Amino acid sequence: MRIVRVTVLFLFVAMPLIGAQSDQQRSSAADQADPRVGLAAGFRDAGMAASNMELVINLPKPEGFYDPEAPAGRPRAPQDPPAAPAAGPDAQTQELSAQGQPEEAPAQRPGSGLSFTNSDLAFSGEHLFMGNYHGFNVYNVEDASRAELLSSVVCPGGQGDLSVRGDLLFMSVQDTRARLDCGIQGVEEPVSAERFRGVRIFDIRNLRNPTQVAAVQTCRGSHTHTLVVDPDDNANVYVYASGTGAVRAGEELAGCSDTEGDPDTALFSIDVIQVPLAAPENARIVNRPRIFADSETGTISGLWQGGDHGRGTQSSRETRQCHDITTYPEIGLAAGACSGNGILLDISDPVNPVRLDYVVDQSFAFWHSATFSNDGTKIVFTDEWGGGSRPRCRSIDPPAWGANAIFDIVDGEMEFRGYYKLPAVQSEQENCVAHNGSLIPVPGRDIMVQGWYQGGISVFDFTDSANPVEIAYFDRGPVNAEDLISGGYWSAYWYNGHIYGAEIARGLDVFRLTASEHLSQNEIGAASLVLSEETNVQHQERIVWPPSSTLARAYLDQLNRGSGIEPQRADAVTEILGRVDQLGSGDRGAATVVAELEALATELEGHVEEAVWLNVQRLGSLADTLRGIATTLR
Amino acid sequence: MRAVSVPIVAVFLLAVVGTTSCHTTGAGTGPPIVQPGAPGEPSRMITATKAVDLSRVQHTATDVRFMQRMIGHHAQALDMTALVPTRSSREDMQMFALRIKLSQEDEIKMMEDWLEVRGEEIPGVRDHHESGGTLMPGMLTAKEINRLREATGAVFDRLFLESMIKHHEGALIMVDELLSTAGAGQETIIAAFASDVVADQRAEMDRMSAMLIAMLKEQQP
Repeated sequence: MRIVRVTVLFLFVAMPLIGAQSDQQRSSAADQADPRVGLAAGFRDAGMAASNMELVINLPKPEGFYDPEAPAGRPRAPQDPPAAPAAGPDAQTQELSAQGQPEEAPAQRPGSGLSFTNSDLAFSGEHLFMGNYHGFNVYNVEDASRAELLSSVVCPGGQGDLSVRGDLLFMSVQDTRARLDCGIQGVEEPVSAERFRGVRIFDIRNLRNPTQVAAVQTCRGSHTHTLVVDPDDNANVYVYASGTGAVRAGEELAGCSDTEGDPDTALFSIDVIQVPLAAPENARIVNRPRIFADSETGTISGLWQGGDHGRGTQSSRETRQCHDITTYPEIGLAAGACSGNGILLDISDPVNPVRLDYVVDQSFAFWHSATFSNDGTKIVFTDEWGGGSRPRCRSIDPPAWGANAIFDIVDGEMEFRGYYKLPAVQSEQENCVAHNGSLIPVPGRDIMVQGWYQGGISVFDFTDSANPVEIAYFDRGPVNAEDLISGGYWSAYWYNGHIYGAEIARGLDVFRLTASEHLSQNEIGAASLVLSEETNVQHQERIVWPPSSTLARAYLDQLNRGSGIEPQRADAVTEILGRVDQLGSGDRGAATVVAELEALATELEGHVEEAVWLNVQRLGSLADTLRGIATTLR
Repeated sequence: MRAVSVPIVAVFLLAVVGTTSCHTTGAGTGPPIVQPGAPGEPSRMITATKAVDLSRVQHTATDVRFMQRMIGHHAQALDMTALVPTRSSREDMQMFALRIKLSQEDEIKMMEDWLEVRGEEIPGVRDHHESGGTLMPGMLTAKEINRLREATGAVFDRLFLESMIKHHEGALIMVDELLSTAGAGQETIIAAFASDVVADQRAEMDRMSAMLIAMLKEQQP
């Protein structure tokens, strides 16, 4: 029984953790040298600190997506000035909205800044889609340094988690105020045919005029969703929708029940939506798989069931939902972050996912999202403790909570390796916790960029899953010096050479990585050569690096950094790559270079056995790359 | 690690240029603000003023009352977790109690801020009782709290978990009541908080049930 192993594990791990926490807390609290600690507050003029990455451009939130009377959010509404004319988000700073009329009637005030929260990102070609509780915005990022807004779409409902597939854009909707017709007036009645909670589908053929083509209602709404593309099914795309909110009444949506004993209960499942690409208006739920079911007894709420619950626990609660699921169809796996469980699913049949394994976190975290390493041997789970709106990176917050938990996948089971939490302590005024991130396609290493809300962006290397280490960061001070105004990075993702940050309050940020002792220019260059036509981060696709001299140099840099190659052999690689770069097409010298590349590859392969750990793979990868270059020259 | 302070002026010049270029695209009219219709219906253009009109989804008296009551509800959870350090010898209980304490302390602050910003009365954390003297859902009576206070060891652990599961279940009932009231739960912060309460407290209840089951198994010969 797996639960026994896990329980024993957590008892043994939990005890040393208490000691570890206080040690780490002290060291991070004492680390006043970190420039992220104590940054000046401000909406448009906050202090900033960066290491090994730089901000290229910031696009403030567009009109229609901020409260013109309080672009920075509303810390103390009763003291706000009378309704000022809309002046743009950068024209009115926090200091300007400090005094005013306490007698203003609450019902006449516009909603909070949270109503206009920027959320998740999706990418297609030269376009970036940024979700928002209020709808979404479309940007052209063909030239990232000149990113510009193309259109804004108002369709409230939160959280606005987005995915894109061809001409279709998918959006998660969970709030009870959300309307089928994208109206902003809310839905007053507890039961109403006008309410929409589920997954919206937009036709985006005309990016300046998207239209809603389908709206698939679900019992719990959609907190997040993830695409699944079945390699054997070109006619459809599948959507795994995860709902975490209250189950709505059966009178509003037939078949919705939150009764635990009901075999058709909306609890303990996810919604699998089939979307026919040729007729997306026919999208529908095709399964609500019982992925938490006990495989022996068939009890649908299986994961926490342990037999006799004893007196007073008649209504014991079990894992009943996932917060987010990451699919990796090429390896047939999905990782589900499902309350206190991390689960591993076989999705080779996308309509019928089957649970392979599950783990319980040892430090009582509740997982919210998951990221596979590119080779599918590791999973990074995140614990969005406090839901993202609260400060959980303070010195009093344990470093294993609100953090990432990193697991290795060994024989289809997950084995815990280590935690990673933003290493810089944040203030009470900054909502901060582990949130959405993506892999950065640096060959030969596992590197992830991640948004930590107002904790900023952290880039970390988890190649050694037990010892993750930060290699770059960016951070601003709090939006407001006195009050916690929600802000910071919902998502920070790599796409075709740049890092894009969805800043809740401050808009779209674009970054580039800069070379350092942790990451060379060749490694950044090799990552930038990986070009994606469509990126939905929770739908992972295997990254492949076409052979090139930049790729070879990236491996060479890693071998040199790890003392994994003899200096004269490294010089020989550098020398031949220099000649490769000087070759023109049809050059007569090519035959000589090809022969030398292959000879050098053979020599490297002959030394693989002497190498240790990561260098084994890197030597092999370098040899493969040299052979690959030779093939392209032949 | 080499830390670089970003040249603020340069970055903001870039930002301004970026913004300007946005507003000059599209024949000088700026990027359109589009509001789609129901599935199959056409979209239409709307103004920025109309786009931000949230006057119909403001908080209601029910929302205010929900927040005021939930402060007292959370406060009792803190009273309960405060007993754990001196009465339980289990490390997992200590960790779990700390998690609840940090979460609920912080949420009380959030609820107080929410009420203050809206000019509403902030109740004392000791206001556990309804106006009519009845307890909120899941709240322990004074007698039950005393029983918990007097327990120690395994008896305490079990009683604590049973009581906290019941207490959390009460919070879910309060959310149900909120969402089944016309017009309530529409404002964004209330909606997000209600959703978080459902997700987080249910997850904590799952965990407490599992701990309870594990304890019962340990106690069996």
